[in-house]
Amino acid sequence: MAFGPFLLLALMEGLVTAAVLALTALGLSLVFGVMRVVNVAHGAFFMLGAVGAWFVTEWVGNPPALGFALALVICPLAVGAIAALANGLVLKRLNYDPEATIVATIGLLYIFQQMALTLYGPDARPVPAPFSFRVQLPWFGYSGYKLAVIGAAAVVLAGVWLVLNRSKIGLVMRATQIDREMAQAFGINVDRVYAGVFAMGAGLAAVAAVLIVPIQQAHYLMGGDPLLLSFIVVIIGGLGSLRGTLVAALLIGLSDGVISVFFSPTLAKIIATLLVALVLVFRPQGLFGRQVTR
Amino acid sequence: MTAKLGSAFPNRRSVLGGMAAGSGLLAAAGAFPGFVQAQSSAPIKLGFQLHRTGIGASYGRWYQRTTQAALKLLNETGGINGRPVEVVFEDDGTDPARGAEVVGKLATQHGCDAIFGPLFSHVVIGSAPRAGELKIPYLVCSEGYHVASGMLNRWTLQPGITDVKAQVRAMAPWVTANLGKKVTMIFPDYAFGHDHRDFFTQAVKEQGGEVIAHLAIPPTETSFTRYMPQIPAETEVLYHVMVGPAVLTFVKELGEFYGNGPRPEIFGFIDSLEAVNLASPGLEFLEGTHFWEGHCRNQQPDASVDETFYRAAVGVDATGASLADARDISTYSHMFSTWETLFVIKAGMEAAGYQGPKDRQSFVEAIEAMTTLPASRAHPQGDKIFNGKTHQVFGHQSISKVTGGQLMRVYQTSIAQGQYPDAVDYTQQSF
Amino acid sequence: MNGQPLKPWLAPLALIGLLAVMGFVLPAYHHNNMARILVLAVFAMGYNIAFGYTGLLSLGHALFFGAGLYAAGLAINQGGVTAGLALGLGLLAGGGVALATGVLALRTAGVSFMIVTLMFAQAGYLLLLYFGAFTGGDEGFVVARTGRVLGGFDLTTDGPRYGLALGLFTLAILGQTAIVRAPFGRVMVAMRENSARAQMLGFDPFRTKLIVLVISGLYSGVAGAAYGILFGYVGASFAAIQYSILPLLWVLLGGSGTVLGPFLGVFIMFYLIDLSSSYTSAHLMVVGVALLVLVLFAPRGILGGLRKRWGTWLA
Repeated sequence: MAFGPFLLLALMEGLVTAAVLALTALGLSLVFGVMRVVNVAHGAFFMLGAVGAWFVTEWVGNPPALGFALALVICPLAVGAIAALANGLVLKRLNYDPEATIVATIGLLYIFQQMALTLYGPDARPVPAPFSFRVQLPWFGYSGYKLAVIGAAAVVLAGVWLVLNRSKIGLVMRATQIDREMAQAFGINVDRVYAGVFAMGAGLAAVAAVLIVPIQQAHYLMGGDPLLLSFIVVIIGGLGSLRGTLVAALLIGLSDGVISVFFSPTLAKIIATLLVALVLVFRPQGLFGRQVTR
Repeated sequence: MTAKLGSAFPNRRSVLGGMAAGSGLLAAAGAFPGFVQAQSSAPIKLGFQLHRTGIGASYGRWYQRTTQAALKLLNETGGINGRPVEVVFEDDGTDPARGAEVVGKLATQHGCDAIFGPLFSHVVIGSAPRAGELKIPYLVCSEGYHVASGMLNRWTLQPGITDVKAQVRAMAPWVTANLGKKVTMIFPDYAFGHDHRDFFTQAVKEQGGEVIAHLAIPPTETSFTRYMPQIPAETEVLYHVMVGPAVLTFVKELGEFYGNGPRPEIFGFIDSLEAVNLASPGLEFLEGTHFWEGHCRNQQPDASVDETFYRAAVGVDATGASLADARDISTYSHMFSTWETLFVIKAGMEAAGYQGPKDRQSFVEAIEAMTTLPASRAHPQGDKIFNGKTHQVFGHQSISKVTGGQLMRVYQTSIAQGQYPDAVDYTQQSF
Repeated sequence: MNGQPLKPWLAPLALIGLLAVMGFVLPAYHHNNMARILVLAVFAMGYNIAFGYTGLLSLGHALFFGAGLYAAGLAINQGGVTAGLALGLGLLAGGGVALATGVLALRTAGVSFMIVTLMFAQAGYLLLLYFGAFTGGDEGFVVARTGRVLGGFDLTTDGPRYGLALGLFTLAILGQTAIVRAPFGRVMVAMRENSARAQMLGFDPFRTKLIVLVISGLYSGVAGAAYGILFGYVGASFAAIQYSILPLLWVLLGGSGTVLGPFLGVFIMFYLIDLSSSYTSAHLMVVGVALLVLVLFAPRGILGGLRKRWGTWLA
C-alpha cells in the first residue's frame, strides 16, 4: 500500500482510539478534578460496561441493534449505580483521603474483577455490532461501525460539555471542584455532588466500553489499558480542562498509530511513551491545565 | 457473599480420590504394564499449578476440567500402583512469581508427590528453578521450547504435548507445498511469537520458500487494523499466531481488511482462536483458511475409539463446545496434554515402583526411559515418541481447513517431521 | 540514662530478632515465603523513603526493581560474575536508573510526576520485550546456578537464602531508620509537608528529592538483584506496571512514613493472597474485601492507625 493511504488508515484508527479514550478519560478527569480521588477502579468500571453489554445483547438476542441500543442505556446506568454505591459505602467513609482511596479503589478493582470472572468467565466474548457495513475507499475497506463510534463519541462529548458548561448541575460541580467548603456554605449538598460525579465518571467509562465492545470483545482483564491511557490523557490535557482532555486523547490516539508507520510497532510504542513523558517534563501542568498540585 | 460466588466454581480441592479399587484395568495404560501391589494404600497426591485467574484463565478452566476427567478415569481403573490419586489445584494467577510460590506450596505444604499442569511459558520458566531446588518432578503442559532448549533442569519434563519448535517444523513442508512459498508472518512481539518467527522462518527456508515480511505486534495492542497494510502485496501465505484476549479482534480485523476482495492463503495457529467460537460474528471470512491444530476440535470422521471416549469424558461435544453450555468452547488443541501427562505420571510411577517422595528420582528416570507412547485411552491425541534426553515428547500435528464453519483435518504430519537434533542431554545432569 | 536516642531503634531491632528466630522455627513453605517477603520489604522500604517520607508518589518503581533484577541476572548469565558482584551491580543499576529518571521526572511534581515515572517505567518494560533476544522477553530466563553461591553458601538452599534475605533486610531497615533520624530525614519530611517553605529555609528541593530518589533506587535495585539471585528467575513481569503499584499498595497498607509499615504491608498482602487462595477459588474477592475493611479501619495504614492511637514508638 502506498504511503498516503497507509497514513490515512493510521489516522482513522487513531481517531477511533481517541474517541473512546476521550470518553473514558473524561470520566476519570471529572472524578479526579472534582473529588481529588485517584480512581484505580476506573478501568474496572469500563470492563463492567463491556461485560454488561454482552449480557444485555445475549438476553435480547435479535435484532442486534435493539440489544446494543438497550445496552447503551442500561450499562452506563447500572455501572453508575454501582459506582454511587461504592462511593457511599467506602469512599465517603474515608472522607476522600487521597491515599486511603488509592488502596480502597484497588480493593474495588479486585472485587469487580472477581465478579466478572465468576459470573462472566475468563473468555473474551464478542458482542455483535448493531449494524455492519464496510466503507470501501479506493485503497482499502473500513468498518462503517468504527466511523459510527467516532460520531457517537462526539455526540456524547458534546452532551457532557453542555451539561458542564450550560447547566446548573455543571455549575454546582465546578463550584464544588474549586472550593468544597465554600460550596457547602452556599447550601450545595457536597455528598450528593460527589456521589453524582463518581457515578457519572463510571457511567462515561461504561458508555465508552459499550461503544468499543463490538470492535474489541469483553474480557475481565480489559480494564488495564483504558485506565493507564486515561490517566495519561487527563494529566497531559491538564486537570479540569475538557478541551485539554480532547486534545490529549487525539494526541495519544494518533501519535501511537502514526509513529508505528515509521518504526517497528514496539519501538513506536516506546517512542510514543517517552514523548508523552517529555511533554510533561517540559510542561508539567499539562497542555491546557492550571498548575497541578497533589 | 464470597462463599456464594465461590461456589459457582468447582471446589478448589476437587479431590476425586478414594475411588480406587479398580473397576477393570485401564486399557493399554502405556508402555509399562507392571502393576506392582503397593505397600501403602494412602493416596498419591499430585499438585496442579492452575491458571485459574490472570491472562491464562480460559485455558486454566479447561485444563482443570480435563484433569478432573482424567483423574476420575484413573481412579476408576486402579489409581497408581493400586493407590488412589488426589489432585490439589492451586491458582498461580498466570504469574511467574506466584507460580514459583505455588510450586513451593504444593510441594512443602500439601506434600504433593509431583506437580504438573502449567501452560504459559513465563510461569514454567519462573517456577522450574523452585521445582529443581525442592527436587520435585515438574511436568509441564506448555508447548514452549524451554524444556528441550536445555534452559531448565532435570526435574522438569514435558511428556504431554509437542513443543512449538517441532510443531512449526512439521507444518512448514505442507504449507510451502500446498499454500505458497512467499510467506508473511504476523505474531506477538514477545517470546512465544519469536519462537514462531525463528523456527518457521528457518523451516520455510529449508523447504525452498521465503518469509518476506515479519509483522511483530506489541503485546499491549488491542487493535490491529493499522498493521494490515504492512502485509506485502506479493504475499502468497499469511501466517498468523496470536494469543491473549485480543485474538478475536485480530482475526476479525483481518477479515475487515480483506473483505470480499482477493486475499492470500491464510494459515494460522489455532492458538489465535482457542476457546473462541468459530461461528462468532466477523469470523465468516475464515472459511477456506487453514489452521494448525494440536488436537482436532471438531470430531473427525475417522476419530479413534480413544479420542471419542476422551471427548465424552471431558464433556465436549462434536464441535468442541462444552456439553453443559454450547457457548463455552474448549481449548481442545492444548488441554489433552494434562490428560496425557497424568497417565504418563501413572506409567512412570508404576515403572519406578513409586512409594513416596524418596522415589522421586527413580520416577524421573523411569520417564526418561520412556520411548514410544502408543495411542490409547491414556494417549487419545495419538501415539508419541518421548525423548528422554531432552525431556520432550513429539506427536502428530494436524492441519485443518475451515469448511462450512467446521475445522476439518486435511493433513496429519508424521512424528518424524517435527523432530530436530537434541540441544541438551538432561540425563547427564545431576539431580 | 537518657534512652531517647535509642527508642526509634527498638522496634526494628525487635523485628530483626524475631525474624532471626523465625529462621530456625518456620516450616519449609513459610520459611521460603518469609525470604521472599523480606526481599520485597526492602523494595517497599525503598518506596517508603521516596513516597512515605518525602511525598514522591512514583508509579515507576518497577523500573528500578527491574533494573536491579536484570543487571544481576544478565551479569551472572552473560558475564559469569559472582553473586556478590551481581548484587552490587543490581544496586548500582537501580540507583543509576533512578538518577537518570529523577533528573527529568523531578522537574514535575504531584500527579505529573506520577505519570512521568509511569511512562518511563512503561518504556523500560517495552525495551525489555524489544530486546527479547538478549533479555528473554516476557518469558525471561533462569539464573545460572553458578551465580547463586555467595561466600561458599549455596543460595538455592533454604538456610543461606533466608540468611541473605534477612541480612539485606537488616541493613535496609537500619539504613532507613538512620536516614529518617538524620537531619536529612527532617528535610525529607519538610519536602513532603511543604516544599515551598523548605525551599525558603534554604534547602534545594530538586537536589533533596534527587538524592532521595537515588536512595530509593538503590534499595529497589538491590531488592531486584536479590530476588533474581535468591529465587533464580528473571522476567519482564517484574518490570511491568503491577510492580510499580504493588510497593505503593504495600506502603499504604502497612503505614506510609513508618519504619515497619513496608514490611507489614508486604507480609499482609502476601498472606492475604496465599491464605485466601487456599480456601476459595474466588480469592480476588477476598483480597478486595480485605483491603476495603483494612482501609476503612485504618485509612492511614495499619501502623499509621496504631501510631495515632498508641503513640509514636511504633513508627
